Amino acid sequence: MQQGVIFNIQRFSIHDGPGIRTTVFLKGCPLNCAWCHNPESQYSLPEIMVRSERCRGCGACLAACNQGKVLIKEGKRQPQRCAACGNCIALCTQGALELVGRPVTTEEVMQEIMKDELFYDQSGGGVSFSGGEPLLQPAFLESLLLASRQQGLHTVVDTCGYAPWEVLARVASLVDLFLYDVKLIDAARHIEYTGQPNQLILENLQRLTRIHGEIEVRVPIIPGVNNDQASLAKLADFLRPLPILGVKLLPYHTFGVAKYAHLGQSYRLPEQLDSAAEAVQFGADYLREAGIALL
Amino acid sequence: MNQRVQRLREESLSAVPHISIERAQLVTEIYREHSGKVSVPVLRALTFAHLMEKKSIHIGEGELIVGERGERPQATPTYPELCCHSLKDLDLINSREKISFQVSDRVREIQAQEIIPYWQGRSMRDHIFNEMSEEWINCYEAGIFTEFMEQRAPGHTVADDKIYRFGMRDFQTQIREQIAKLDFAHDPEAYDKREQLRAMDMCAEALIRFAERHAEKAEQLATVTEDAERRRELLQIAQVCRHVPAHAPRNFWEALQMYWFVHLGVITELNTWDSFCPGRLDQHLWPFYQAGIAEGTLTRDEAKELLQCFWIKFNNQPAPPKVGVTLAESGTYTDFANINVGGLRPDGADGVNEVSFLLLEVIDEMRLLQPSSNIQLSKKNPDRFLRRACEIVRKGWGQPSIFNADAVVQELLRQGKSLADARAGGTSGCVETGAFGKEAYILTGYLNLVKILEITLHNGFDPRTGKQLGPKTGEADQFTSFEDLIAAYKQQLEHFVDIKVQGSNIIDRLYATRMPAPFLSIIIDDCITKGKDYNAGGARYNTNYIQGVGIGTLTDCFSAIKEHVFTTGRLTMAELMQALAADFAGYEQEQRLLSGATPRYGNDLDKADNIMRELFQLFYTTVNGRPTVKGGVYRINMLPTTCHVYFGSVTGATPDGRQAGQPFSEGISPVQGADRHGPTAVIKSASKMDHLMTGGTLLNLKFTPSLLADEAGIKGLMQLVRTYFRLDGHHVQFNVVDAATLRAAQENPEQYRDLIVRVAGYSDYFCNLSRPLQDEIIARTEHQQFYLWQPQR
Repeated sequence: MQQGVIFNIQRFSIHDGPGIRTTVFLKGCPLNCAWCHNPESQYSLPEIMVRSERCRGCGACLAACNQGKVLIKEGKRQPQRCAACGNCIALCTQGALELVGRPVTTEEVMQEIMKDELFYDQSGGGVSFSGGEPLLQPAFLESLLLASRQQGLHTVVDTCGYAPWEVLARVASLVDLFLYDVKLIDAARHIEYTGQPNQLILENLQRLTRIHGEIEVRVPIIPGVNNDQASLAKLADFLRPLPILGVKLLPYHTFGVAKYAHLGQSYRLPEQLDSAAEAVQFGADYLREAGIALL
Repeated sequence: MNQRVQRLREESLSAVPHISIERAQLVTEIYREHSGKVSVPVLRALTFAHLMEKKSIHIGEGELIVGERGERPQATPTYPELCCHSLKDLDLINSREKISFQVSDRVREIQAQEIIPYWQGRSMRDHIFNEMSEEWINCYEAGIFTEFMEQRAPGHTVADDKIYRFGMRDFQTQIREQIAKLDFAHDPEAYDKREQLRAMDMCAEALIRFAERHAEKAEQLATVTEDAERRRELLQIAQVCRHVPAHAPRNFWEALQMYWFVHLGVITELNTWDSFCPGRLDQHLWPFYQAGIAEGTLTRDEAKELLQCFWIKFNNQPAPPKVGVTLAESGTYTDFANINVGGLRPDGADGVNEVSFLLLEVIDEMRLLQPSSNIQLSKKNPDRFLRRACEIVRKGWGQPSIFNADAVVQELLRQGKSLADARAGGTSGCVETGAFGKEAYILTGYLNLVKILEITLHNGFDPRTGKQLGPKTGEADQFTSFEDLIAAYKQQLEHFVDIKVQGSNIIDRLYATRMPAPFLSIIIDDCITKGKDYNAGGARYNTNYIQGVGIGTLTDCFSAIKEHVFTTGRLTMAELMQALAADFAGYEQEQRLLSGATPRYGNDLDKADNIMRELFQLFYTTVNGRPTVKGGVYRINMLPTTCHVYFGSVTGATPDGRQAGQPFSEGISPVQGADRHGPTAVIKSASKMDHLMTGGTLLNLKFTPSLLADEAGIKGLMQLVRTYFRLDGHHVQFNVVDAATLRAAQENPEQYRDLIVRVAGYSDYFCNLSRPLQDEIIARTEHQQFYLWQPQR
């Protein structure tokens, strides 16, 4: 039985593929996007989030820690990580501590997924695997996809594309629909904003289109990062020859900002970007004009 | 909405509810003159005839559908023969912050001089409280149950199609045939039947007279108006009123006016619970609509305008003032007329037609609290019908609610109704299933399922009133297993249901003998053929309901005890009882454990949901099948109106971590905030209840507007509903509003006067709700994009 680490299962997920779906969020991501709204998805292992605004500094968590780790100091989550044993959580009287991510077996996940089988039947929905980056746990993902196939479920994989081609190729036949993220075509800026080069991502997408016909490209539109004409033009030039279903633009939002502090991290982009909707509108108009199908 | 409708709507919304004393005076006059001299049914018929002959006639400027219960819109009569308000009551009604009615000095004086002196000790309320046992009174005061009939008459029935096929003259013919057939030599009830039938005959005549008076008024107004167009309309109104209700309607306009006169007759005769309602309106109007369009005598716009005028008439009639516990259990101006759209035809075919869509358009444009509206959704109805309804639902003001027409039919069949009667039935009030035009389905009162657990844990003793209300079933810390606790609860439940039913059986007899409803009896089968009153078992089917409140809270309480006391042993029963007695002060850790680490209903966890099934089954078997005095049976349904707030207010801290006085879960919804796995999990949990054994269940779901804003949102909503109904769910309704908006409305009510929310089975202005109810709605789980998943324990 395969095991993996997930940080959430979201039922009634209606914006990650067709119909009513259950989305399984696998923990761990090779990228570190500046705008990421799920920062707790990036680290591959379970970790402790601290809602420091609830902490009253009683110190019960420190006493419980057998490693002597200090996660919270002067009301603030420190950046260090621990083994996330969770001993401290039960002792916190304020409910300030939360364990994010837990190891689970394929069977456990499938049990949760199958609870909404009737909703999938009714709506033409199914299961989606997202993250983090699901391809970062290839054997676990493959076993989940295989088990879903055996149950006759429609499968979606939502990926950033940053994985060895062999991994992508191996699961492709088990996936009904790919949601494939493309952030930036400019290599240098890609490194600047995500921490990794984009060559592998773009090549993987080109190769994937040769063996898979159901690919929806998703582009988060980040004002000041990739919504300028030059970026959009490069994006259009790259996508135009590819046989994809189309492109969906995702508006920038800041719902996840508070979680950075809960993890002892800092948010790199300005917290107030109020032109998100206009940026998406502009991007959509531009790409459509440039011959790209919008979804 | 055209200018006429806009103006009428504005008038209806801006008029202030106030007490009208006219009805009370007319009723008192007739009782002074005739009481004791004639049979009771005839006395009631004389009363009705006097009202129809003497009450003021109002025809508002621009109105097309005419007739008011009071002298004008929002004028609200009282029913002293049912409940004679004291001066203190009137002062309270006049001055209270929510659900108030203006009471003028003149009204107050007449109440003091004429009404109270006659009715004191004579009203039904007085008779009821005189006849109730001490233990019944103790339970009532402790908040174990409520009693619907203490301020209002048994009603809760709905019109079927007969008033569109027959006029009052036709009913009189049927009545007189029955009188002629009476066999005094062999039928010992012949005299009773004759008196009842004579009373019905008089009532039919009285309604015709009432309509004629409207015709006369319209003709008189026509002679003085200078507007030629209005003169033509007034003469048309006069013509309509001279035809209906004496005769069956011939066209769309007459059909609506026919219903409206019948409606006024029912709600003027008595103050029946859940007013009265046209039921399957699209079915009833379809033949008139089709014919009018085909003949060229009606356009779609004209039909819509008439319907909108009709809608406003409902909104002009607030539910008559309630006081005390009755106000607490149903604190609203809404009188629960609930129009059904869609469903099946009596032959089983898809019932959706063009009028169904027209009605949805009217609901959408009118955005009125009254009448309430719902769709009856069958698997046979097309998705475009559901989609249109969901588009309105998405706007966030709670209408229409959505019912499972196929489940409703199954519920009625299980209760022994014929297939045709079942298909012609539907739901009314909040969520109650009924055979329209053929059934008296009386709600008798709410039962506080959670309070009964509190009493069980105190060995039959009620800590709040300090009385031993139940049998001694053992001290809490003496229970050695979960099964012991269930057995004790079962015994307490039976005890309190016994008391409730004993009371209801007496009240039923009081109404059967003292307060018949001969007018209502005309239009409910088989009162004429049986020669029996609606309140005495004349209807073809008779059901008494007891409504269970707090199943979500109750389940979580039992689940918490099972988990923490009997399974993990993290708490002893004695520790739990101490924490409850302290209302968790100093026991915060225990409270967190109980509320946070208990498998809770609403998360699709079998551990919790199986407890819900067991408790539901217990309630069902305790109530279902007991005979009523009308020859029917007692049954259960699961709805709260506003009673989950009242019942919570009289119940101490509970084992699910709820603090004393806080509201319970409403309907069959999970405890506010306890459901953490999204709407599909709520639906799965709720559908583990056997809805088909009930006469209605109520499920609320709350969404943030952004989740439903796009095409995926509307489809998601439609598929949630379809799947719930595939699982035999009875009903679901939606609030689509942000908690932030509701909090803002609490802060600045002036800016949110028109904010409407779904409460429980009805919608209401948020600002008209009591503060605890507002808080309860805010606390309901808001389904949005993101949930945190926790593994099954």
